[in-house]
Amino acid sequence: MRYLVSVIDDKTNPGSTDRQPAISAFNDRLIAEGYWVFAGGLADTDTATVIDNRGEQAVFSDGPFVESKEYLAGVWVWEVPDLDMALKLATEASKVCDRKIEVRPFQ
Amino acid sequence: MSAVEEAITSAHRAEWARVVAALTRRFGDLDIAEEAAAEAFASAVERWPADGVPPNPGGWLTTTANRRAIDRIRRESKRDDKQKEAQLMYDDDPPEPLGAVDDERLRLIFTCCHPALAMETRVALTLRMVGGLTVAEIARAFLVQESAMGQRITRAKTKIKAARIPYRVPAAEDLPARVSGVLAVLYLVFNEGYLATGPDTDPVRHDLTTEAIRLTRLIRALLPADGEVAGLLALMLLTEARRAARVSASGELVPLGEQDRGAWDATLVAEGHRLVRERLAAVAAGGAAPGPYQILAAINAVHTSARDVRDTDWSQVVALYDQLVRLDPSPIVALNRAIAVAELDGPEVALAAVDRLAEPLAGYHAYHVTRADLLRRLGSSEQSRAAYDKAIELAGNTAETAYLARRRDQLG
Repeated sequence: MRYLVSVIDDKTNPGSTDRQPAISAFNDRLIAEGYWVFAGGLADTDTATVIDNRGEQAVFSDGPFVESKEYLAGVWVWEVPDLDMALKLATEASKVCDRKIEVRPFQ
Repeated sequence: MSAVEEAITSAHRAEWARVVAALTRRFGDLDIAEEAAAEAFASAVERWPADGVPPNPGGWLTTTANRRAIDRIRRESKRDDKQKEAQLMYDDDPPEPLGAVDDERLRLIFTCCHPALAMETRVALTLRMVGGLTVAEIARAFLVQESAMGQRITRAKTKIKAARIPYRVPAAEDLPARVSGVLAVLYLVFNEGYLATGPDTDPVRHDLTTEAIRLTRLIRALLPADGEVAGLLALMLLTEARRAARVSASGELVPLGEQDRGAWDATLVAEGHRLVRERLAAVAAGGAAPGPYQILAAINAVHTSARDVRDTDWSQVVALYDQLVRLDPSPIVALNRAIAVAELDGPEVALAAVDRLAEPLAGYHAYHVTRADLLRRLGSSEQSRAAYDKAIELAGNTAETAYLARRRDQLG
């Protein structure tokens, strides 16, 4: 079962910035245990561009599709047997990243 | 009630959870299991009066429900290959390694009380899947529209399936935390029954307290060595024992100190005391230290051991609250401790402790009830009246509001 694991940061109360070594070690473990599918940290939301080509002409807009205090800072994709395992790893991930984590199954 | 009706009612009570659990295990789908179980019971209602009650009602219901489930799956997967259909005929799941406890119903309970579901969803799902209450009954119990309750349960079943919430008893290392999650659900059901909220409900919802006790007994049978399960059951029994004395003929709440103790249910009291003694012995023999439910049960055992409120061993009650505060330093526990302190050290000492809780408990009716009573005992009528006003404004229980209004109006 695949889950999208989102790391959520808070603009007014951001998590600590020294987490990279711990995150790398956690990733190594995910890989060794066979749960790791993909991982990536995201650049700031200000760097986003939204494209809407539903009408006659494609419209590009600068900035994220929704401005919010909380935003997506990074993602993982994990392959694990069930939600219990996903939640167990996400509980550790939240400590490791010092940020909130959302776990959402793929269809 | 006719003999057949009685057989159906008792089969429902005894077999519903077992049938849902067995089907969920076999088909891996709560929705199919629930619907097929409901259909099986409906056909029992139709057929048993004419055909007679089968010698093994549980077996009959499981077989019937299995057939209904297979029919539904066939209808929904006509385009699927024959091989898949053939698989449905045989229950050839490899046997799983036995966990700490091997009962299908326990898997069902742990799935319904999964921490990834919202608390109110866990309550609704447990009452439906394990308790066998209808959606309409659950909706009525929690004062929501039947359609809203139906949606809540459907959403939960969808999440369990889509997010793959596992259908199993948690591993030993996760068991204590997960059991405590299950107990929290049952305690919430019990408390909603015991102090029902809403202007149009009965002050005590006997159906909910009874159901909570029945489900806790089931967990106790499945996990007999768990001290907190025994503690919660004892707590519920000792509380339920006082039910008849708790609301007066005129519909007013009667506080513990003013209850007719002769009206308490002696059988429930005896069973509750037995469980508390069993836990005390287990702890004395070197077992795990008691958790909050065991301590609350012990406090209730002290109260129910006194033939007259004046015989209450208040120092024991305060000592138990001290123990509870160490485990659960919440303001609500501190408030209840203060109520016992008032009996031991007087209302002035208690009021000082209660006033320290003003900030966290400003919106909690029991805080204002306690202040009103202490201020009344100290002769501060004006302040007491204001506290009663606030308590009445916040209390949701009709019998309690009636009691508080009378108390307020008796102030000099």
